[in-house]
Amino acid sequence: MDTEGPVIEGLERIDNDIWQVPMGYKPGMRVPGRIYLSDKLFTNLEKEAVDQVANVATLPGIQKFSMAMPDAHVGYGFPIGGVAAFDAEEGVISPGGVGFDINCGVRLIRSNLVKSDVDGKINALLDSLFKAVPSGVGSKSRIRASESELEAIFTQGSRWAVEQGYGVEADLTHCEGEGCIEGGDPAQVSAKARKRGRPQLGTLGSGNHFLELQYVDEIYDPVAAEAFNLKQGQLTFMIHCGSRGAGHQVCTDHLRNLTRAVEKYKINLPDKQLACAPAQSEEAQAYFCAMASAANYAWTNRQIIMHHCREVFEQQMNMDADELGLNLVYDVAHNVAKLEEHDVDGGKKQVYVHRKGATRAFPAGHPDVPQAYRDVGQPVLIPGSMGTPSYVLCGKQAAMDVSFGSACHGAGRIMSRSGAKRTFRGEQIQKDLSGQGISVRAAHPSVIAEEAPGVYKSSSEVVDVVDRLGIAGKVAKLMPLGVVKG
Amino acid sequence: MKKYEFIEHTADARFKAFGATAEEAFANAAQAMFNVMIDTSDINPQITEYIELQAPDLENLLVDWLSELLYLFEVNMVVFSRFEVFAIEKKGLEYLLSAKAEGEPLDLEKHVFDTEVKAVTYNDLGVQITSQGVTVRITVDI
Repeated sequence: MDTEGPVIEGLERIDNDIWQVPMGYKPGMRVPGRIYLSDKLFTNLEKEAVDQVANVATLPGIQKFSMAMPDAHVGYGFPIGGVAAFDAEEGVISPGGVGFDINCGVRLIRSNLVKSDVDGKINALLDSLFKAVPSGVGSKSRIRASESELEAIFTQGSRWAVEQGYGVEADLTHCEGEGCIEGGDPAQVSAKARKRGRPQLGTLGSGNHFLELQYVDEIYDPVAAEAFNLKQGQLTFMIHCGSRGAGHQVCTDHLRNLTRAVEKYKINLPDKQLACAPAQSEEAQAYFCAMASAANYAWTNRQIIMHHCREVFEQQMNMDADELGLNLVYDVAHNVAKLEEHDVDGGKKQVYVHRKGATRAFPAGHPDVPQAYRDVGQPVLIPGSMGTPSYVLCGKQAAMDVSFGSACHGAGRIMSRSGAKRTFRGEQIQKDLSGQGISVRAAHPSVIAEEAPGVYKSSSEVVDVVDRLGIAGKVAKLMPLGVVKG
Repeated sequence: MKKYEFIEHTADARFKAFGATAEEAFANAAQAMFNVMIDTSDINPQITEYIELQAPDLENLLVDWLSELLYLFEVNMVVFSRFEVFAIEKKGLEYLLSAKAEGEPLDLEKHVFDTEVKAVTYNDLGVQITSQGVTVRITVDI
């Protein structure tokens, strides 16, 4: 099999879409690396990303493989698109395997509307959404959480929001983990993180975060689509954001703590950003409880944003909630570590699965898949880059065998943000997209340039790889109609 | 002498900052980081924050210094443009830093941000001291 593009020395191709980083690639590797890529995506693979896959493979207690999804690109510590599972007793927990934006994630909302229902109304909708959901650097929420409210958010996640009236019970049953990671402990969240979290509930943030109005352009799997309540031509809505300053501060605080723990526990690290501690140590558990708190904050945040967006639709469409049917299809986390049970070497094992820019993708029959989707598998939501299609997939059995129940999380960058700004002009991108019938709102055109479609890999190429590998199967394709950029 | 230079990186911003002393290089690193977010050339330094930190080594001290500035930016809503590190000194097993940062209140009408720096990473982190001066290397998450 010939491949074009740069050859990364030492990589072995073991199947059509599977590349192995062999044990000898770097000293100290405990398991091989596995990178899931097509020929086309291989040409964009960076050597530094492969090095990072190998670095992760050196961490104590890692199981089976250090993995990277087809959207993988270079990160810090772990690659973006990296997945690794560590033995819950003998392994480690590492904040670098989660990232700063803890539980950055995506939620998809379906509707009773079709594309033509919003003809001529898209700009008004986007303007109202842009006002209802504060976005961009320095934007603040109208909500100010009290200290006791913050503590409830850190421990309960989305449930707190629903109990406050920001949503309905069905929102919880249609969300990964019902919008909560157990173990959230406010005592492990610093005063600084709380101070950053207090004024930011219901805000989008900046960078690659967005709200997107979409429609179902194609159905690939009618059975799963029916279970997800998705139909051809239907209007859908997507929210992509995370834990904001609270999550960034939790990661900063605990990384600092864990860089010291590395010396204490005499762990040899190839990159300081991989700072970690034995899973059952005080330091690792403190981080895990703080991370769970930030993840719960992120789910609360997306729940509140969804509530505000539903209000905008009700006003702008002059319809009530029942008529609109803006029901949550699902919500997935992209940046988390979770304690899960997986089959390893013929037996069941408790592992901490780290997903850094990767989505959980549990198959049909798994007890953690919501009842409504138990027969088809967990919805896997893959946002496209701005102006390109997003995909809904469903988790499949091979995910449990090859990636600890994980799939890709998006398109994956191929151009730096500064490179994007040199190459593209925000105003021009905005005009081009408008020509394709896609409206964009942003605090400033430069954020449009750095997220231009050309700076990402093709989302369809990425999705096709996980589909071919049987990690997750394509269910529906969603085309954008309008975007509010963070 | 050049104060700092950016290095290409796919998802994040990576830069080197230079100085005759560690104090100067740390101040220039702060300037580079804020210039990742916004052009600081027309920020009027009217608010001063004094900062004191300690860390087990210079690399951790550098991360702490930049992280503290991000925290103050977000919580106090001040856009910083001028940095002076008074002293970096070793006391016992710890390194101490004392500094000030000056800037103006965040005003979304005036301040146009290119991007937001979320956090300071330990990835490819370095503080290099030679007879020529001090070079620091930083990757921030944006």
